[in-house]
Amino acid sequence: MSEPIAETAAVPLKRLLQRAERMKKLRYGALIAPLAVFLLLTFLWPIAALLLKSVDNPEVAAALPQTVHQLSGWPGKELPHEGAYAALVSDLSLGKGSKTLAEAAKRLNMEEPGLRSLLMNTARKLPLASDAGPRESLVAMDERWGELCTWQLIARNASQKTDYYLLAALDLTRDASGEISRGEQGDSVFTEIFGRTIWMSFVVTVYCLLLGFPLAYLLASLSKRSSNLLMVFVLLPFWTSILVRVAAWIVLLQQGGLINHVLIALGITDEPLQLVFNRVGVYVAMVHILLPFMVLPLYSVMKGISPTYMRAAMSLGCPPFKSFWKVYFPMTVPGIAAGGLLVFILSMGYYITPALLGSPKEQMVSYFVAFYTNETTNWGMAAALSALLLAATLLLYVVYNRLVGSATNGAPQR
Amino acid sequence: MIQLKSLNKLAAIAAALSVAGAAQAADLTVISFGGTNQKAQVKAYYEPFMRSTGIKIIPGEYNGEQAKIKAMVEAGNVSWDVVELESPEMARGCEEGLYEKLDYSKIGNKKDFLPAAVNECGIGFFVWSTVLAYNADKLKQAPTSWSDFWDMKKFPGKRGMRKGAKFTLEFALMADGVAPADVYKVLATKAGVDRAFKKLDQIKPHIQWWEAGAQPPQLLAAGDVVMSSAYNGRIATAQKEGRNLKIVWTGNIYDVESYGIPKGAAKREEAYKFLATLVKPENQVVFSGEIPYGPTNVKANPQISAAIAAELPTSASNIKTAVASNTMFWVEHGEDLEQRFNAWAAR
Repeated sequence: MSEPIAETAAVPLKRLLQRAERMKKLRYGALIAPLAVFLLLTFLWPIAALLLKSVDNPEVAAALPQTVHQLSGWPGKELPHEGAYAALVSDLSLGKGSKTLAEAAKRLNMEEPGLRSLLMNTARKLPLASDAGPRESLVAMDERWGELCTWQLIARNASQKTDYYLLAALDLTRDASGEISRGEQGDSVFTEIFGRTIWMSFVVTVYCLLLGFPLAYLLASLSKRSSNLLMVFVLLPFWTSILVRVAAWIVLLQQGGLINHVLIALGITDEPLQLVFNRVGVYVAMVHILLPFMVLPLYSVMKGISPTYMRAAMSLGCPPFKSFWKVYFPMTVPGIAAGGLLVFILSMGYYITPALLGSPKEQMVSYFVAFYTNETTNWGMAAALSALLLAATLLLYVVYNRLVGSATNGAPQR
Repeated sequence: MIQLKSLNKLAAIAAALSVAGAAQAADLTVISFGGTNQKAQVKAYYEPFMRSTGIKIIPGEYNGEQAKIKAMVEAGNVSWDVVELESPEMARGCEEGLYEKLDYSKIGNKKDFLPAAVNECGIGFFVWSTVLAYNADKLKQAPTSWSDFWDMKKFPGKRGMRKGAKFTLEFALMADGVAPADVYKVLATKAGVDRAFKKLDQIKPHIQWWEAGAQPPQLLAAGDVVMSSAYNGRIATAQKEGRNLKIVWTGNIYDVESYGIPKGAAKREEAYKFLATLVKPENQVVFSGEIPYGPTNVKANPQISAAIAAELPTSASNIKTAVASNTMFWVEHGEDLEQRFNAWAAR
């Protein structure tokens, strides 16, 4: 008899508990909802919209709807049938002088220079004067209308989505038959640029670590008063505008600048050295700007390491360097990991510093994003490069986490 | 002495910010390429315009980037009322609907203007030229052509060139022996483009790239480069300031500069009044006197003094070996070639 009683009592209790839990979760959810919505609207949504722009391809379908319809299912082995030509003539006459046609012409011109004027000029010459069929008249107008590759290009861009930008950002292209192949020698540059971006970020990170580690160590081991004073020197440039710091470096590093004057006065060099508008200048300024991002996490980790560990090691007979290396250093790894990651990821997106202090050979991916955004107004390409930069950064982050994350977990925490 | 190249960039950023702020005010916002050219425009056009209409002009500057205009037009929030444009950008923007189709009845009599100045979306108001300029203090011997520009043995020293494909490729071809009349024919072929880049490879390590028109005279005067491609007007201004800079007219490339109205600009009527001010012969005479760019209103020619006329890109001797910039070529191939140029420069 005891069993049913227990059951009847247990069920409502469990439900009550669940209900209470649910209410609690709802309340928590309601509290963080504004933040979640804010993040979604201001952060995730723009990023998603940007990523979508790299595959967006609405131009041709919008300007040549009938042609695209006629070309659906066209095998692309020989010239399309008369209907497609008639559709093209009708599309072009309707779109004459419109913005949509100009945009489609621009889009096709990206893949095959010359198609802009082909489309625009053909549209301008319509309606067809002769009684011959649309195909004959169009080919007579411009022989490119009688070439298979022109039609393949239109058919390839019929869909609303394209991989053209993403492929181009990897120096790849689709040839006339739609196979992916390496781009032409003259145009392929992005694999090199991505490699350069990663390499330069890596070098900056290493320099930051080499300079930041002793500095953080000094800060952590000094008395509170002097370390606070030193900290101000670390933070002061951190709060100064990047533009001001970059301009200051130009003043210091240029041919007639202070550093060259000192070098010549000391007899170290006879000719002024080229210290700016090359890799040296970019490294100097980037390390200077990013150093606080290395020092601050290192400092916070080092501050938490009790000096008794080192004393214990040395009192047990371990030589100073070995005790530093075996006891102290492993405990700073979380700081190195955090600082290194911060500096590396920030470097990957650097734009202003290389643009102002470097030559064309120092430009990183962001420069090309700006180039396509501002100068050629090819926003698809800018989006594709950004998307790849984001992907590369995330990928490196994952790899890094695997490598350093496991090392960090093994080390004693503070 | 901060290197001017970077200062210019800083200034451009600051200017862009200030333009964004200034555009909020309720006056006519006129965007030009800045520098001495803008100064001459203020004297020849802005001041007479403000005097006769009472409308205040908010001047701004940019480097010809069409993205800003495209973004404004697409967002439907156009804060620039009239914009200075080079021909290919104007033609391209016109097709893409970035600019208003002009109503010439509000501007002036088409017959008075050079044919190249009359365009659907822009009215040409001066003829400018990109020339070979050199610092006569630094070179013992005077260069005479683009082949000399490439001759590092005879004329050692750095060269300045505009960071972009436009005109740079034409100069390379002329240096390689292509006749001015055939430049665009050669450049229209793949082999011709390869040839131009190959020629540029020869002097690539010696080139200091510039972006703003104000830079070449500065680079030349400071001795950073001994020769540079440059806008003829900027060099003439530097000469007036006492710099010993010289112009080689052989193989110069000239083009018409225009003003256009971005689509959806709020002050369209006032903008038209501004365009009408630009083409008045008396104003163009003042402009040519300030900076030696040629007038587009043929009625201005007789009023220009002989001394100034000799300095204009439109003078008979200067135009003899000149190349007219091929707008349609650059509309067609601009994006492709600029992209390739950028890839080449970054390598």
